[in-house]
Amino acid sequence: MAIRDRLSGNEAVAVAMKQINPDVVAAFPITPSTEVPQYFSSFVSDGKVDTEFVPVESEHSAMSACIGAQAAGARTITATSANGLALMWEMLYIAASSRLPVTLAVVNRALSGPINIHNDHSDSMGARDSGWIQLYGETNQEAYDNLIQAIRIGEHPDVMLPVMCCYDGFITSHAVENIELVEDEKVKEFVGDYKPEHYLNNAANPVAMGPLDLQNHYFEHKRQQAEAMKNAKKVILEIAAEYEKLTGRKYGLFEEYKMDDAEVAVVVINSTAGTAKYVVDQLREKGVKAGLIKIRVYRPFPVEEIAAALSKCKAVAVMDKADSFNAAGGPLFTDITSALYGRVDGVKVINYIYGLGGRDVKTDDIEVVYNELLEIVKTGQVKSVYNYLGVRE
Amino acid sequence: MKKVFQRPEVLSDVVMHYCPGCTHGIIHRLVAEAIDELNIQDRLVGVASVGCSVFSYNYFECDMQQAAHGRAPAVATGIKRVHPNNIVFTYQGDGDLAAIGTAEMVHAAARGENITIIFVNNAIYGMTGGQMAPTTLLGQVTQTSPYGRNAETQGYPIKVCEMLATIEGTAYVERVSVDNVKNIMATKKAIKKAFQTQIDGKGFSLVEVLSTCPTNWGLSPVESLGWLRENMMPYYPLGIYKEK
Repeated sequence: MAIRDRLSGNEAVAVAMKQINPDVVAAFPITPSTEVPQYFSSFVSDGKVDTEFVPVESEHSAMSACIGAQAAGARTITATSANGLALMWEMLYIAASSRLPVTLAVVNRALSGPINIHNDHSDSMGARDSGWIQLYGETNQEAYDNLIQAIRIGEHPDVMLPVMCCYDGFITSHAVENIELVEDEKVKEFVGDYKPEHYLNNAANPVAMGPLDLQNHYFEHKRQQAEAMKNAKKVILEIAAEYEKLTGRKYGLFEEYKMDDAEVAVVVINSTAGTAKYVVDQLREKGVKAGLIKIRVYRPFPVEEIAAALSKCKAVAVMDKADSFNAAGGPLFTDITSALYGRVDGVKVINYIYGLGGRDVKTDDIEVVYNELLEIVKTGQVKSVYNYLGVRE
Repeated sequence: MKKVFQRPEVLSDVVMHYCPGCTHGIIHRLVAEAIDELNIQDRLVGVASVGCSVFSYNYFECDMQQAAHGRAPAVATGIKRVHPNNIVFTYQGDGDLAAIGTAEMVHAAARGENITIIFVNNAIYGMTGGQMAPTTLLGQVTQTSPYGRNAETQGYPIKVCEMLATIEGTAYVERVSVDNVKNIMATKKAIKKAFQTQIDGKGFSLVEVLSTCPTNWGLSPVESLGWLRENMMPYYPLGIYKEK
């Protein structure tokens, strides 16, 4: 029987970590992710886990220590937000290219500057091309479920890549919701033991980790890394199917909400999906064929599947909780439009940058987006592609 | 015929990339000899730095991990926490340890990580072509201090051993030199003692080795040894700074 509980997102993730019982957690506090290692450290102090907990002096060292530990054959988890993730930047790429499946909970927060502690996605969006798999979760339940699945995804021999599990700061991390936890022994059985093929100080198989890799091999190694990211898509779905058998909860590359006959659709990431689903329901009651896609797997980006899911829509709004400052559109918008290019013709796609620095996004705001889409369907005209929602200007 | 001299087992049979007269080769050999004598090769893991010693994984016959610039003590922390019975060491220059990696070094020491650091101090950034380092002496001419390091604008050279001696977590800290045979023998003894400190589980150990950089100092190898004695030794006195 699943365990019914009520937990904040950070508590849920810390509980998932307790159940996973990793070998090493090296972490440094930063709002709003601080609670994750803090709750976890109490499990360490109470002897509920066997984890070596290393409170290091910076996020850079946290990721460095995770890389050292994972290379030494240990299952390793850490958590961070915003500038903490930025300080890890150098090490993110090294973890990915060394094919070390470190697991990282990213509690999304606006990246300085100006300094701001509230939620948007500018931190993890910046790390989207670091070679990490990126999973996003709308609720506490999804943050918990993603973290457990992340262990299996990253460690899969066809993948061997680090995994970021992202969820919204404060909105998801601190709000308490009902949650269904999996029993400890079932989580342990699901994640199994970490048995890397290569690790430091395996006398039978000596290795050098991450040595200089110049013109003769660097490119081949990056090519293998790209292939691992391609493999990840299939593996993510396999692990999700296995997890569904265990929990009854179904996960895919993205969630389709009332998309079967949708003429207008919004594509969104994380907690705003909850607000938008309410608006979809209201519009459906009025007979409007509205739908929603919520991205769960952003890296690898499911191009074919997204294109297929949006192919029957007349107008689509992509909502980005981060700007790209490329004078053309947000990161998700760029990815969605490039997924559609050459696969689907005739779908009008617009972009809204919203919620930066924790600006509240209400149902009224989402209604504005759907109304604009309906106007586009009615007139066949797109007034503006790259738009901002809820900003004073 | 009786064999009286041989390559240490843990030292690879390859040509090193170091410049003529550079003392890295001597220090590599001393580290290798210490490892052989302590018979710890089978449980040894090294962490390579960035700088001239970036290729140390080519020279030590043990598992090695490359760390990002300055981060070797943090990476070593991760390895040692997973394998507490293994012997984990880093081999870092002054650009790596005393500049970009100061935080990692100080905090690994503060946590009392049971690791060993071999710190090679030649008072200059070698690999990048002779720029001023935090360890560059006052008045010393480098590519970025062409009139000599000036305290008013460029501050003072960092004394790593003196700083670490104030930290409770350190178990053994000594500064040595490889400028002559007597000091080379003393360096070997210090490196061995540092590894023994780790073997005995006493905590953080660091050996700072005063070293030369003839190429970037613009001196011959012999002149460089003299410059080390006359300029570095007075500011960086040899000796044990901490021993628990």
